[in-house]
Amino acid sequence: MAGLLTDEHRAWIGREEAPIHVEVSRRDIVKYAIATEQTQQKYLRGDEAPPMFIFNLFGALRPIAELRSDGLSRGSGSGPKLPLQRVMAGGIELVMQRPIRPGDRLTGVQRVVDMYEKQGSQGPLIFTVRALRVTDATGALVLEEIQTGIAR
Amino acid sequence: MTLRIADLKVGDALPERSHTPTNVSLFLYNASVWNPHRIHYDETYTTQVERHPAIVIDGPLQGDWLAQCVANWLADGGTLLRFSYSNRKATYLGETLVSGGRITAIDVAKRLVTVELFVRNANGDVTSPGAATVELRE
Repeated sequence: MAGLLTDEHRAWIGREEAPIHVEVSRRDIVKYAIATEQTQQKYLRGDEAPPMFIFNLFGALRPIAELRSDGLSRGSGSGPKLPLQRVMAGGIELVMQRPIRPGDRLTGVQRVVDMYEKQGSQGPLIFTVRALRVTDATGALVLEEIQTGIAR
Repeated sequence: MTLRIADLKVGDALPERSHTPTNVSLFLYNASVWNPHRIHYDETYTTQVERHPAIVIDGPLQGDWLAQCVANWLADGGTLLRFSYSNRKATYLGETLVSGGRITAIDVAKRLVTVELFVRNANGDVTSPGAATVELRE
């Protein structure tokens, strides 16, 4: 194993990040529905968000001057700074309590739940697993997400 | 036609759909999810710096196709409870990919149906496997 992860990285496991608040607009749902070529009217009208609308909904919004040369902002915000810089989305697990709808005022709280290394066919890989818990304005749970990011 | 659990059996296929992303559709997708990663719109950077053969199709977009596969099959016949997908193999602008799935388990008492999902490329390789559990109304 490459041994790229240090105790400093692993110290992030379990640490909860500051809550992020998002107001969902019908127009944003419609944009997403068009971009993903949805066919159901409830999505195209923006009455309800498709499940994967959650992807990056609580992602960092950083000034352009803070973006890296690859366009991403990873490493400029909170969270562990990884020794591998090329990143890709590894996958998502969603447990839905209800769909996201226009007008929702959502709060997302994220924490790193695991970090581990693997040897890929083209070199070492670091997997960072984050859990996201999303509640609405009443405090009711909307969904829980486990997202895996891969650095190579 | 509304899905009824009594009409389903393990092994039944979900409708397949072809997807051929374009520069425009990838631009709109990445704008809508606020993803500025250059491998999805800057061909020179993608091929010369990150050494991909072409513009990369987003993994989460393929995850969306899998969620659509379930949602379009389910229509208004029930509720999506759980959904997962993983990004196993890179795919590139110019490829036509196919999404689909099949029923793997049915719990008649709880009206729960579990499906496995796939996005596959022209070689038949699964680039994004997934799974979902839905609760039917009838």
